[in-house]
Amino acid sequence: MTADQPATLHLESVGLRLDGHPLFEPVTVSVAPGDVVALMGPSGCGKSSLLAWLCGSLPSAFTAEGEARLGTQDLGVLAPEARRLGILFQDDLLFPHMSVGENLAFALRPHLRRAARRAKVAAALEEAELAGFAARDPATLSGGQRARVALMRALLAEPRALLLDEPFSRLDAGLRRRVRQFVFHHAKARRLPTLLVTHDPEDTEATDCRIVRLNATAPPP
Amino acid sequence: MAQALRRLAGGGPAAAADRRSGSWIALIPSLTLICFLSPIVVGLTGTVLPAFGVMPALGADTPTLAPWSDLFAAPGLWQALLVTLWSGIGSALISLAITVAILAAWHDRVWFRRLRRVLSPLLATPHAGLAIGLAFVLAPAGWLVRLVSPWATGWDRPPDLLIVNDPYAIALVVGLVLKETPFLLLMGFAAVQHVRPGPALQVARSAGYGPVAAWVRIVFPRVYPLIRLPIYAVLAFSLSVVDMSLILGPSTPPTLAVMVLRWFNDPDLTMRLMASAGACLQIIVVAGAIGGWRLSEIAIARLARPVLSDGRRGGGGGVARFGSALPAIIALALAGLALASLVLWSVADRWRYPAALPTAWALDTWTRALPGLARPAWTTLVTGLAATAIALVLVIGCLEYERRAGVRPNNRVLWLLYTPLLVPQIGFLFGVQTALVATRLDGGWIGLIWSHLLFVLPYVFLALADPWRALDDRYARSAACLGASPNTVLFRVILPMLLRPVLVAAAIGFSVSVAQYLPTVFAGAGRLTTLTTEAVGLSGGADRRVLAVTAFTQTALPLLGFAVALAIPAIRFRHRQGLKA
Repeated sequence: MTADQPATLHLESVGLRLDGHPLFEPVTVSVAPGDVVALMGPSGCGKSSLLAWLCGSLPSAFTAEGEARLGTQDLGVLAPEARRLGILFQDDLLFPHMSVGENLAFALRPHLRRAARRAKVAAALEEAELAGFAARDPATLSGGQRARVALMRALLAEPRALLLDEPFSRLDAGLRRRVRQFVFHHAKARRLPTLLVTHDPEDTEATDCRIVRLNATAPPP
Repeated sequence: MAQALRRLAGGGPAAAADRRSGSWIALIPSLTLICFLSPIVVGLTGTVLPAFGVMPALGADTPTLAPWSDLFAAPGLWQALLVTLWSGIGSALISLAITVAILAAWHDRVWFRRLRRVLSPLLATPHAGLAIGLAFVLAPAGWLVRLVSPWATGWDRPPDLLIVNDPYAIALVVGLVLKETPFLLLMGFAAVQHVRPGPALQVARSAGYGPVAAWVRIVFPRVYPLIRLPIYAVLAFSLSVVDMSLILGPSTPPTLAVMVLRWFNDPDLTMRLMASAGACLQIIVVAGAIGGWRLSEIAIARLARPVLSDGRRGGGGGVARFGSALPAIIALALAGLALASLVLWSVADRWRYPAALPTAWALDTWTRALPGLARPAWTTLVTGLAATAIALVLVIGCLEYERRAGVRPNNRVLWLLYTPLLVPQIGFLFGVQTALVATRLDGGWIGLIWSHLLFVLPYVFLALADPWRALDDRYARSAACLGASPNTVLFRVILPMLLRPVLVAAAIGFSVSVAQYLPTVFAGAGRLTTLTTEAVGLSGGADRRVLAVTAFTQTALPLLGFAVALAIPAIRFRHRQGLKA
């Protein structure tokens, strides 16, 4: 697969409704390749659901309006697995039944041969300063190590944009700073448009990112 | 229904994905419903019509009430009805009382968690095997009497008492309580977990309420609605059980279901019209009992309402713990003795009264009986595995459809699932048999497996639904974002992560199939027999040793299933701490 031209992620007056009630005022955002935009808003206003909608996995209680595009391509017509958006959650969500190496190889495209797969996994582990960890049980890794594996897994799938759903909030303060740097460094190096959902101001101070506030609409009576 | 479900799921950019995944998997919920509701509808029709004199196969085609007047003139009917009501409602009440007492008194104790592990093997024990073992223990020449004779009782010979098959059905009630309490307890455990009573209990405790008083006021009112359906299933089962009643119940007259089965099996084919009327009466009895139970619930809830806020704090719960532990320990001991007596009788060469243990041991019985057991054992295995495999595919398909379409689980589906457990088996299996004969499927594998599937499917669904719905949805979303198609997500992420609950559900399904008596009798038509029908058939006879071998094999098979179900994930995931139970 040839490397994709970096493209801009556009959200065009996107709004969400839960059981018919609007959650926030429709929002329009553009995230250029290599840029980070932070979506901030009160908890429960639908930030995470917005990312779920982008991924194509919005629960059926929600309805959405507006449009999401990557470059000129409409994401809405694509199946979730064809959208190629990397996502990281609060928890690393490494698959507990697979080894670290199997978790990483899961993200690789199927056309790669076995030797190439192994080499890519080894290189990714090297990049995460986890060389030789391929056979390990993810449950035996530290929180920081797991977070790095999770990012590497997302990157091996060759995403065209990165979505971060408060990915640093479960880590303790010292670790949070390092993992955050690690994630932003890789996102910039690959020129990925990055959409970050957070309510921690520190997340936005750590990198030169634009802040977009979601204005919650009045809750239903 | 699938159409309606799918419409619910539409809308938003997710809709494109829904339309795609709505291919084959969207058909499974409807297929499942057809697959297991159609035999019930057909069966009920085929039972109700003959009850009113319409059975073309017998040349009867004018509607008449004669079967009903025959039924009400049948000797012993009213006595049978009485003993049915007492044994059915009594055993359900006792099982529920023990369950609630254990939950209320022990919920904050360490033992509470351990109890769960004892329950699964008890639950897997087939009714017939347990009942036969219990008969070995309780009979006048049984183990209990031997253990205390003659030194304590002075009985040099077996006492002349009717302890098993007693006219008051006490042995049957004991057997039913042994079998139903573990089921209600497991359902109660699951319900309590749903309610998450921790913080509410803490509030009550810090307001000075004792553990039992707090539980009864705070948790019980929320748990009861969640175990209402299982309670009704227990009630329906106890009122219409056949195999346990044949082994432990009274004989002249027997319980209603056994009486009706005898009429169905009568060589005089015209008896079947009256038998059908009896089967309808059985349905009326069950429906009436459930209705009466519901009314009592409402009345009790209204009368007991003031207790919620009467402010009585209750004590430390010691009395309740003792009071609930005693019947539980007796029940566990009886069940343990029953299973042990199966083993002992199967290897006993000489075991004369009043020796507490066999005086000579031999494996003769095994070598003698095993060749004859090969065929029924094979039938049991094939039927159980096939019914379980089909049930797993249907249940996983339904749950996966629910997950992909984002449908929220709904209560009406649960009632449908419980239908085969609420309608008495004798009430519709005769109609099923008639339909099988008409389509020449009687006595064949398809009919047998299908009839077992009716009862396997609900249990597999109940066992798998909670773990499936509890799985963190973000795993699947992560996998999809990594480029995995819905089927890849299913087979490489969800199923492996849920391997343990899937296999446990399979083991439960298998044990349900092994235990089926009446479906095998009707659909097997005597040509296909299982270990269960063999064991029940032998239970009337004199050879305790062969009976013990048969009942032991029948009991061991589902336990073996559970052992395999626990061993596979333990070995497969021995290096995966994240999947430890």
